[in-house]
Amino acid sequence: MNWTAITVTFELATLTASILLFIGLPIAYWLTFSRWRWKFIIESVVALPLVLPPTVLGFYILVAIGPHSPFGRLYTDLVGHPLPFTFEGLLLASILYSLPFAVQPFASAFDQVDRRLLEASWTLGVSRIGTFFRLMLPLSAAGIVTGVVLSFAHTLGEFGVVLMVGGNIEGETRTVSIDIYDEVQSLNYAGAAKTALFLLVISYTVLLVVYAMNRKVWAVWPQK
Amino acid sequence: MAAEMIVDIEKTLGERFVLNTKFRMALNPAAVLILFGPSGSGKTTILRCLAGLESPERGRIIFGGDTWFDAESNQCIQPQQRQIGYTFQEYALFPTHTVAGNIGYGLGALSAAERTRRVDAVIGLLQLQGMEEIKPDRLSGGQQQRVALARAIARQPSILLLDEPLSALDVPTRVKLRGELRDLLRRLAIPSIVVTHDWEEALALGDEMVVLKDGKVLQQGTPQQIFNLPKDVEVAKIVGMETVIPGRIAHAANGLVTVEANGVKLLAVSQEAVGSDVFVCVRAEDVVLEPVGTGATSARNHLPAIVQDVISMGALVRVDLESGFPLSAIVTRSALEDLHLASGVKVVAAIKAGAVHLIPRSSNMPF
Repeated sequence: MNWTAITVTFELATLTASILLFIGLPIAYWLTFSRWRWKFIIESVVALPLVLPPTVLGFYILVAIGPHSPFGRLYTDLVGHPLPFTFEGLLLASILYSLPFAVQPFASAFDQVDRRLLEASWTLGVSRIGTFFRLMLPLSAAGIVTGVVLSFAHTLGEFGVVLMVGGNIEGETRTVSIDIYDEVQSLNYAGAAKTALFLLVISYTVLLVVYAMNRKVWAVWPQK
Repeated sequence: MAAEMIVDIEKTLGERFVLNTKFRMALNPAAVLILFGPSGSGKTTILRCLAGLESPERGRIIFGGDTWFDAESNQCIQPQQRQIGYTFQEYALFPTHTVAGNIGYGLGALSAAERTRRVDAVIGLLQLQGMEEIKPDRLSGGQQQRVALARAIARQPSILLLDEPLSALDVPTRVKLRGELRDLLRRLAIPSIVVTHDWEEALALGDEMVVLKDGKVLQQGTPQQIFNLPKDVEVAKIVGMETVIPGRIAHAANGLVTVEANGVKLLAVSQEAVGSDVFVCVRAEDVVLEPVGTGATSARNHLPAIVQDVISMGALVRVDLESGFPLSAIVTRSALEDLHLASGVKVVAAIKAGAVHLIPRSSNMPF
């Protein structure tokens, strides 16, 4: 197995999920509570990665961060090298690509919190931000864990966006899914099978954790 | 002069409903103002506006010397800054916190020692000892209600706003807690506004009462004044005047009038002039039933009547009668048995002249 690719993949997934926790929570909070009439525009933008082919998303990200875009030029001036085909570029793309997988569970968890509980907190003198941390987060814990785990798992398996934005650079942007593709291209089915099985087991475990956490009643078998 | 709360607000709710409420409340310690009205009359919305959970579109809310809301100067104090104690209809206890955690939730500004002292004091006051570490979902309705009250008063608010505090409880618990709540409000000496649609609650708790319908104040006064002397037909219907029929003053002398309604003559206490149209209002509690052929009583009105229907109301029974016009009486079960009351039985309905309320009809919508 290509352990370098595995390390890169897990680093990418961990960073993506962590960053999405921080930017996803405020976005989800805003989407849940804003009464702005054009809110659906932002909602649709956040959900776009769900429906767009990864290559299309990857293409636009590539153009947006490329050396010919203002953002790309600014980045090159500040950091000294361009963003495409680097780990940082790939991270940025992954964050955008997995955004709905974090924001939607967060928002639906927030949405299920009884408004009166929040209002009760406000009448008890606790600020909105205080209420968020003391009441909202604990009440939405399951949804937040789901969002983090899903964005992690989704990043593990991404292919098209990685290929478009990251290229295929060993130790930098070659992830597990690209590695499997390479193995198959070079007819090394045994190598591909091992890595594929590894990814399958990891993904399945992650989903097991999510579903177990969201299960209110642990009894799987009907009670006699 | 005592400090005053001035409420004068307007808010559009839905397409047709416009809340347009004006009332004043003297902020005496232990003053209890009842916001009374049928469901959908805007009571809860008014309370939410007072708490700052909703904003009116126009008007102002002045609390003592503080302006809580003023549409003209675009002023709106956040609920956090209003120093209120608010309880919700279904209590809204925090499921993630224990009883003690709920009560101490709003005391973050106090030192740990002071917070513990305050929580213990309130737990003692509301008899919640031994439940400190229990989560709210393990409590009975009555206990949850006590925790909600404890949480609201722990911060020593300058006013308590209670939204239907007893409506979610079963009847025996409600009756028990009603008494407790009255004693508590007296002891706390914090002015309170209580929303209710239950007239027993209003009579038991209130010093002052505001009757609302469709977001407008119909009458303000002491509960007794309002129940016994509803200003007009709408108030009479809302506060539960069981019999309201049109009539005309036939004779007047010495503050007593004879009013004719559906061909039946009734004596009433009133200053209305002869010939004026009125509504005759009689509360079912004020109607006494006697067997036919009994001797004279102090009641001035004795109406021969036929029982139409007998409806159980727990310990009491409502008897619907036909006495030239439909009339209702509320009697005990034992009276029901003594008089052998059943559909078709002939009785005499006795009503004191003072219990026949006349409301001028010209100012009212006919119904």
